[in-house]
Amino acid sequence: MDSLVSYIYIISGALFILSLKWMNSPVSARRGVFAGEAGMLLAIGGTLIGHHHNWEWILAAFFIGSAIGVPIAYIMPMTAVPQRTAMSHACGALAAALVGTAEFYQRQPRADSELSGFVMVALIIETLLGFLTVTGSLMAMGKLQEILPSRPMTYKNQNLINAVLFTIAILLGVRLIMVPTDTVLFPIFAGLSLVFGVLLLLPIGGADMPTVIALLNSYAGLSACAMGFVLNNHLLVIAGALDGSSGLILSIIMCKAMNRSFTNVLFGAFGQIQASVTRTEQRAYRSASAEEAAAVLEAASSVIIVPGYGLAVAQAQHKIRELFDSLMKRGIDVKFAIHPVAGRMPGHMNVLLAEADIPYDRLVEMDDINGEFPQCDVALVIGANDVTNPAARSDKTSPIYGMPILDVDRARTVMVIKRSMSPGFAGIDNDLYYMDKTLMLFGDAKAFVGEIVKELPARVGA
Amino acid sequence: MPSNLEIGLYVFMLATFVGLEVIRKVSPLLHTPLMSLTNAISAISVVGAILVISNEDATTLSKVLGFIAITAAVTNIVSGFLITDRMLKMFKKREEKR
Repeated sequence: MDSLVSYIYIISGALFILSLKWMNSPVSARRGVFAGEAGMLLAIGGTLIGHHHNWEWILAAFFIGSAIGVPIAYIMPMTAVPQRTAMSHACGALAAALVGTAEFYQRQPRADSELSGFVMVALIIETLLGFLTVTGSLMAMGKLQEILPSRPMTYKNQNLINAVLFTIAILLGVRLIMVPTDTVLFPIFAGLSLVFGVLLLLPIGGADMPTVIALLNSYAGLSACAMGFVLNNHLLVIAGALDGSSGLILSIIMCKAMNRSFTNVLFGAFGQIQASVTRTEQRAYRSASAEEAAAVLEAASSVIIVPGYGLAVAQAQHKIRELFDSLMKRGIDVKFAIHPVAGRMPGHMNVLLAEADIPYDRLVEMDDINGEFPQCDVALVIGANDVTNPAARSDKTSPIYGMPILDVDRARTVMVIKRSMSPGFAGIDNDLYYMDKTLMLFGDAKAFVGEIVKELPARVGA
Repeated sequence: MPSNLEIGLYVFMLATFVGLEVIRKVSPLLHTPLMSLTNAISAISVVGAILVISNEDATTLSKVLGFIAITAAVTNIVSGFLITDRMLKMFKKREEKR
């Protein structure tokens, strides 16, 4: 029986790897989901073979979990995907942390050294990462949902306090590894891990969310992986390691896209510092109406649309699809330029635009589209700011200097839909807005794009 | 014979390298669905939770913690796979439209 379960686990592990492999293209991606589901079903089925105790508990938990999970999957609007992702990081980490806790109390009293040495090391890593990811992810979710202020929260000696707290948690962990019978220490250790998760997320601002979400993804995976070592279960090790490396790669990509290091994201409190920079002079800019904007677009032969988080906030994706269709019908070439950190999680813009039925071959990554801006008639920026700021290329004193940007300023005409002239998340003024070829379109992204669309057909008849 | 720990570390090392190589090839277009898919897969902790709860001499504490853990993990599995599929269904090429 045991060897049967082992074989099932091996197939399940292979399916998980295939599942991620098939995510390399939108053509095979849905097959990837199917492989993942099959792997999970096999893993659960295999585990249930030969375990006949407390069925009623297991069944009830499966029922409740499904009853919560199904509505979440179908009701959740695509604009809320970052929040949902943060919440599921919290759920996954919670499961790992609680299993670790249960294992600790279950095995510890026997004192037959079953829970010693490396197993205890793995258990401490599991619970530490698990608990801090639970509260960290809940904080991230609160900030994304704007229940909590999305601006970074900082206070004096923040990093010092965090470091001290983390050190104490580690020391308690080490003590527990050496003397597992010191059970009183465990709740303190777990509590400190929970508190540390909150403190870690306090100074994180909205623009840093893509990196942090990816990092929390990695932690949740590593926690499950550590659980595999505690239970001597290789399937858990494989699945956890896959998740851990996925989160790691995504956070590295995000960091590169902001030209920042991990430590800088976690301890830098970017937005807060820059927000204090005051602008000294009023500079001149040109603004235009929807009618004028429609005229400019109609005269163009190629248009690149640059979406940002503002698009998600305004829920403008469907209106943008109407604009896209309307321009394409006129034979105008329309593409979308996607910056890796546009939005609040990796790939956020792609999902929103795909939801609005924009074909994915029109969504072009930064490195591939930057060469096209000089030949492009109109670049239309919707709800993006810092990722278009030419200061990142030229101004060495700018806090975003060195960050890879979309070369919007090289287009023949630039149009920017924006609520007002107020600076973006990083609090940095954007030179793009003051260029001679830039037209500022003031208003809500959804409403303004709608007005442009309305202007367009009228002009066809004229 | 290598110990369980050694085998475990081998598995971990190999799985990490496979993960890094496979994930690197994922199109940035699909980074959001990728994250919800890996999320669902990391809910494999449900296996650990089942083992804890179905232990013959599981204490009440173990049962309660295991119960919450299974609920949380199953929520992730169900919502994770379903929402990933829902997202992927939306990614269409021009010629496939409508």
